Amino acid sequence: MSASVLAKFAGLAEQRRVLLGGGRDPFGVVFEHALSATEAVVDGRKVTLFGSNNYLGLNHDPECLRAAAEAARSEGTGTTGSRIANGTYGLHAELEAELAAFFGRRSCMVFTTGYQANLGMLSVLAGKDDVLLLDADSHASIYDASRLSQAQVIRFRHNDPDDLDRRLRRIGEIPGSKLVVVEGIYSMLGDAAPLAEFVEVKRRAGAALLVDEAHSFGVLGEHGRGLAEAAGVEADVEFVVGTFSKSLGSIGGYCVSDAEGFDILRVACRPYMFTASAPPSVIASTRAALARIARDPGLRQRLWENARRFYGGLENTGFRLGPRVSPIVAARMPDVPTAVAFWNALLDRGIYVNLTLPPATPDGQPLLRCSVTASHEVAQIDAAVAGFAAVAAALRLSLAAPSPAAG
Amino acid sequence: METDPQAITRLLIDTLAANPRVTREITAETVIVDDLALDSLAVMNFVMEIEDRLDVSVPLDRLAEIRTIGDLAGCLAELAGQR
Repeated sequence: MSASVLAKFAGLAEQRRVLLGGGRDPFGVVFEHALSATEAVVDGRKVTLFGSNNYLGLNHDPECLRAAAEAARSEGTGTTGSRIANGTYGLHAELEAELAAFFGRRSCMVFTTGYQANLGMLSVLAGKDDVLLLDADSHASIYDASRLSQAQVIRFRHNDPDDLDRRLRRIGEIPGSKLVVVEGIYSMLGDAAPLAEFVEVKRRAGAALLVDEAHSFGVLGEHGRGLAEAAGVEADVEFVVGTFSKSLGSIGGYCVSDAEGFDILRVACRPYMFTASAPPSVIASTRAALARIARDPGLRQRLWENARRFYGGLENTGFRLGPRVSPIVAARMPDVPTAVAFWNALLDRGIYVNLTLPPATPDGQPLLRCSVTASHEVAQIDAAVAGFAAVAAALRLSLAAPSPAAG
Repeated sequence: METDPQAITRLLIDTLAANPRVTREITAETVIVDDLALDSLAVMNFVMEIEDRLDVSVPLDRLAEIRTIGDLAGCLAELAGQR
């Protein structure tokens, strides 16, 4: 009985066996101990983390740690309830008010994970008569949300405002509403949406716009509010969704908006209503991290200095990367076996990066996806670049000629 | 714009035959995911190519119900006919 239930995974199991041929399981790494924002222990050895999405390094920030510990001691380890029952503490309400203020928006809803924030917002906003328009390279949580929604779902070409425009024209006049979804920074290649152009298109069509700033919050914009701030179009973005599990160093998600009557969603949005709320320690450290981001633009400056150093280092070594400098630096690999061997060899040298494979990657191409943090030391970055170069040489990977700007 | 299911089937087969990743013979009965060994992303990208040729958008919720090349041609013909 159980064998037949799992029979449909035979193909996936075979792909997985091939992946394991390189030695380790790339999707089953155990970090025996997390030592700091940039180091952990794997297989009993210290490794440097270049695949953590921990952009500002705040998960080991002393103030955030103290806030989490104090909240756990005074308020307990978990809320044991959902937001609409016994799971909304003063801490949750305060964080919502602080996030709304940070974004200069009227309302905020906090979710237990970033995944649930997308699942909840898209499924509740796009109803039966509505059309949801998704960028082709959207994160899995956006695709999953579209399946939970009752709306018609249309996919447009990645970062292509003209394609969105064509598809909006094809829809024409409908009784329901149109909701366009894009991301601030795309998690695979680190590229950003051409948001001002998207805004123009959606205004012409009378559509609403939701921007997922998961990877751009705390990273882009003069105040760290993300791509909408950087592009100067916040007034035209009806909904911003984001996560606590990247630059804020904990776990959770949110949506901020100026929409009139937004709070009705608290009793309509199922992924908000039917799961336990985040524990006090998580909410408390998130508040401390948000306060730090608000008062310390130096964090963002260090992040970008590190991103430029790492991106520049790999580019000068001859790796083919994403289109522009970003805290997400993705090295393109020619094929899956090379990517797996490269990933294992980097870990042998004490460098952890994310191995990402199609169909999770665009263009059907495997990537060694790296992320840089504000906490990386220059020496760690230079050592990682040297490690990439050494592994490329050992595997005889053909690289582009070093650029004249090298050094 | 083309609205005939047979002609659209022909267009689908010709487009797929030009894809180097697709090696086997294709008919209206070919099951897109299983027989052509295309992953979910490759299928969506293939459909996007066809959408531009026919000036239609296939909603992903409709695409989820489609199994064969013939099913896809029928869906595209219906959408093109509504224009």
